[in-house]
Amino acid sequence: MNQEFAGIKKRVPSPKLVFEKSSPGRVGCNLPSITTPEVDLNQELGETRSELHLPELSELEVVRHFTNLSHINYGIETGFYPLGSCTMKYNPKINERVAGLSGFTQLHPMQPVSTYPGAIEVMVQVQEFLAELTGFDAISLQPVAGAHGEMTCLMLMKAYHAAKGQGSRRIILVPDSAHGTNPASAARCGYEVKAVPTDANGNSDVAALKGILDGLGSEIAGLMLTNPSTLGLFETQIEEICQLIHNIGGLVFCDGANMNAMVGTTRPGDHGFDCMHLNLHKTFSTPHGGGGPGCGAIGVKQELVPFLPSPIVCRNSNGMAQLDFERPESIGRVSPYFGQFLMEVRALAYLLSYGKEHIHLISECAVLNANYVQEKLKKVLPPAFDRPCTHECVLTAEKYKKEFGVRALDISKRLIDYGFHPPTNYFPLIVPEAMMIEPTETECKETLDKFCEALILICEEASVQPDLLHQAPTSQIVGRLDETLAVKQLNVRWKPST
Amino acid sequence: MSQLPSELKYTESHEWVRLEGEIAFVGITDFAQSELGDIVYVSLPEPGRILRKGDSFGAVESVKTASDLYSPISGEVLEANELATNQTELVNTDPYGKGYLLKVKLSDPSEVGSLISAEQYAKLLP
Repeated sequence: MNQEFAGIKKRVPSPKLVFEKSSPGRVGCNLPSITTPEVDLNQELGETRSELHLPELSELEVVRHFTNLSHINYGIETGFYPLGSCTMKYNPKINERVAGLSGFTQLHPMQPVSTYPGAIEVMVQVQEFLAELTGFDAISLQPVAGAHGEMTCLMLMKAYHAAKGQGSRRIILVPDSAHGTNPASAARCGYEVKAVPTDANGNSDVAALKGILDGLGSEIAGLMLTNPSTLGLFETQIEEICQLIHNIGGLVFCDGANMNAMVGTTRPGDHGFDCMHLNLHKTFSTPHGGGGPGCGAIGVKQELVPFLPSPIVCRNSNGMAQLDFERPESIGRVSPYFGQFLMEVRALAYLLSYGKEHIHLISECAVLNANYVQEKLKKVLPPAFDRPCTHECVLTAEKYKKEFGVRALDISKRLIDYGFHPPTNYFPLIVPEAMMIEPTETECKETLDKFCEALILICEEASVQPDLLHQAPTSQIVGRLDETLAVKQLNVRWKPST
Repeated sequence: MSQLPSELKYTESHEWVRLEGEIAFVGITDFAQSELGDIVYVSLPEPGRILRKGDSFGAVESVKTASDLYSPISGEVLEANELATNQTELVNTDPYGKGYLLKVKLSDPSEVGSLISAEQYAKLLP
């Protein structure tokens, strides 16, 4: 091990659980005096109360407990987080500052609409920005997660086909490299899922697609396609693919999970897609991963607009933002009120802070960073497909499994010892021993260099001391977790030792 | 190197078939279990279910992924191996023996001809 990473050792002692720190009778806060009749919880709840084992601590003990826990947490604000397909970019603090303004935080969605024109203006502006970036005619902010956005788009497709008397179309096509949420959303909407294979260059296999369309064309409702694909590759025949689906009367949905590769550079609406979802919690820097909640905005072409979830947030003829409830063909609401409003505020702050002039830097730097990592690691971890990638690269650790019995998982666990969050493993499923690295645009060259250097050293270790990797991580409060045991004997309830 | 008993027939989707007259035992290959990793859940059909060749008849779930199972042959399910659903590790440790998944009564024995041999299957593996 070189100097930079010297001295991997266990840094933090295992903390006690808050339950184990409990001292009977200790109180952490003073409650106001009671103005209603007192209830004896012990009597009311009986055994349940004594089984609860609520911890009893002082305020200082509670503060120390959670502060210490926060110190052993790992997040984007403590280090590099290259989790592929997740776009773990830094969320600028200005987003939080804007979303924390009392004019936004004190709003209640059930107050009269006429009292919050500013909030409606925010939503319209977010929609206008997103429509321009994606090339779609209308945006809905109602869906509250990526998969929710996918499902909403499929509901729109279904309504569209039904309105045209084509409700019998029962099949949705999904590439074999897709996120698992795609077939799940399709199945949830009552569709049958059929897989489209990937060709030797990592693109959707157009010849195979044509074969499927020839046989089943009139039964196909649409295609769900991630572009760039989950292999981190731009679908070079995207226009032809969309055209083929349109020719048989189907619609094409773009899974927007990888929009970070396209922001300000190219637009799915121009590629031929009919609808897409966006993850504001990824691409547009609202908190993500424990910090949520998500926001899965969708964009649609004109032909799907009549079916959008109601109410529509739009401008009236005078340019004033308003709500339109008169939507006879709408699929109805897909969430209460207007989606995750404060997330929309954060996204607007992010969009405005880049501005139209600079927003292309997001995708340009994201793509540059991923290609830099792919190129730098090529010799030790070859890419699954040897061509320039987009915002993430998919590498394979297959040779280490064959030669040394070291799997992608072992390499990833060893990265933790080197101070980095592991990349995504074993996805997409069609790549053996896959390691999917998405650096995002917010990392500097020095961080990428250090990360690549760590991976190169780990691959060396794999050939000379494979057990170092099998045992990793050894620097953390817990070592290698037994995932199999955790699934088979799930135990999430603490009980006092007797 | 994966074990590939030569007396079995295989599919490209990594299932195997062992024939005993009109009865077929079905499971997943050693390669399949090794790719999946530790299997934690196996879902199988009820006896009596009629399968067509190529039907999805259940799923195996490992800590890494979940994967559909496809019937290599057509026929009626006589038995779903409870040992495999209760002790899923058997599918990892003994995929061709105690870890088999189904016992099926063949409805079209001629389909067996379309399955591939151990030698042909070996060529498909990386």
